[in-house]
Amino acid sequence: MTAQQTRSHSIDMSSILRGQQQSTAPNETCIKVENLNLFYGKKQALHNVSLDMYRKKVTAYIGPSGCGKSTLLRCINRMNDLVDHVTIEGQILLDGENIYDKSVKVADLRRRVGMVFQKPNPFPKTIFENVTYGLRIQGVNDKRILEETVENSLRGAALWDEVKDRLQDNALGLSGGQQQRLVIARAIAIEPEVLLLDEPASALDPISTLKIEELINELKEKYTIVIVTHNMQQAARVSDYTAFMYMGELIEVGTTSELFTNPTKKQTEDYITGRYG
Amino acid sequence: MDNSKIGHHISEQFNKELEDIRNKVLTMGGLVEQQIELAIQAFATGDAELAEMVIKQDHQVDTLEMAIDLECTQILALRQPTAFDLRLLLTVLKIINELEIIGDLAERIAKIAIQLSDGESKANHYHELQHMSDLVKDMLHGALDAFARMSIEDITLITGRDDNVDREYNSIVRQLITRMMEDPRNITRTLNVLWTVRAVERIGDHACYICEHLIFMIKGEAVRHLTQSELEEKLNAKPL
Repeated sequence: MTAQQTRSHSIDMSSILRGQQQSTAPNETCIKVENLNLFYGKKQALHNVSLDMYRKKVTAYIGPSGCGKSTLLRCINRMNDLVDHVTIEGQILLDGENIYDKSVKVADLRRRVGMVFQKPNPFPKTIFENVTYGLRIQGVNDKRILEETVENSLRGAALWDEVKDRLQDNALGLSGGQQQRLVIARAIAIEPEVLLLDEPASALDPISTLKIEELINELKEKYTIVIVTHNMQQAARVSDYTAFMYMGELIEVGTTSELFTNPTKKQTEDYITGRYG
Repeated sequence: MDNSKIGHHISEQFNKELEDIRNKVLTMGGLVEQQIELAIQAFATGDAELAEMVIKQDHQVDTLEMAIDLECTQILALRQPTAFDLRLLLTVLKIINELEIIGDLAERIAKIAIQLSDGESKANHYHELQHMSDLVKDMLHGALDAFARMSIEDITLITGRDDNVDREYNSIVRQLITRMMEDPRNITRTLNVLWTVRAVERIGDHACYICEHLIFMIKGEAVRHLTQSELEEKLNAKPL
């Protein structure tokens, strides 16, 4: 066999190795946090945080209670505007546009950046009305569009098969895990760009938790996802990038596989391995 | 013994489990070192009784290997370790595999020693093997010591000795070939010596693999399949 033939018979190693990794397409920044400082009154909760989050990737924030991860998450759709005595310095760019700019309407921003909380908070209405709520306040009343959206969103949230025969039942009759997926369906019904998940599975049993995690994996095909979680294994399983925060500072950010196997900062290592500093 | 690397967990129980695994690995390493020592002694002196002891000892090594394997599996399942803890456990799983193979090689030497012991001329084969086996024992001892200290300082000094071992091996093989050519009646006996020399050489290789696993444990970088100079370059590139 000639060298040429040997070469054509050889296995294409690069394609085999690539198959094991995440997609190698270059990352496009979706959300860019720049030098963000946040004060609750006089107390500074975020110290000069700068961080990029990539489009159609999952970024997880981890860190001990009170480290500022929820505060940072809530900045991304300006939920902190609702809190008294909050001062914010620095900027957050969504697709290159500062969301704290005066020209930005908060309602528009929140349409683009959906949020799901720790405890499922469905409205005390039917399942159908829960999912269509966002569209209705946007003035959409076409029955066909609404029905289509309900099916797509519930399918997107992996809930359709479980509730398709009882769309007119009250949403509060669903289990906790189903309610949480309903809330996610409600969030994606208005087709946001970004989904913020604040401890989405911490109030759920292990099976529902796995369903939510599986769902996150599917949702990242379409959305940029930012998740706050106390469950480090969950962060490790669902996210592409992980940011470790401590005392209001961003200590380390990197690909999840790197951060969990070989973190560069000692504080990160101590936290994820359960050591006291 | 320095505990800073495996201690300080919030869970005291976890500290104990890791400490226990480390102690078991060192016990296993000690046993294997003893196996080599005795096997070579049995080979050199034609002491069949000593050789039988080495073979018996291999059961202990195997039992320890399985016990450590199980403990690591349980910790992985129950505690989902990360970062250094994860690398430590993965490394332990690999090290005990190397040690088990080294134990088997020592057992092979012991079996050859038994065969040679009932030959008519109880010639002393030790001079051929002495220097090489001393080198190899030093390498394994150094590797186990580095594991005990959880430090890879000077680890390239250990892996560097493998080149000496290989040179020694090649020169012994040449001698043995000469002997076989001189008198074909020597062939059976000389082949047995050759298998032994080969086993000792392989022990050196496995000691090197242990060093490579340790580098992964400390630095988180895979350094297998590198030449000695590439390895030195890589380790010197960044501060240890």
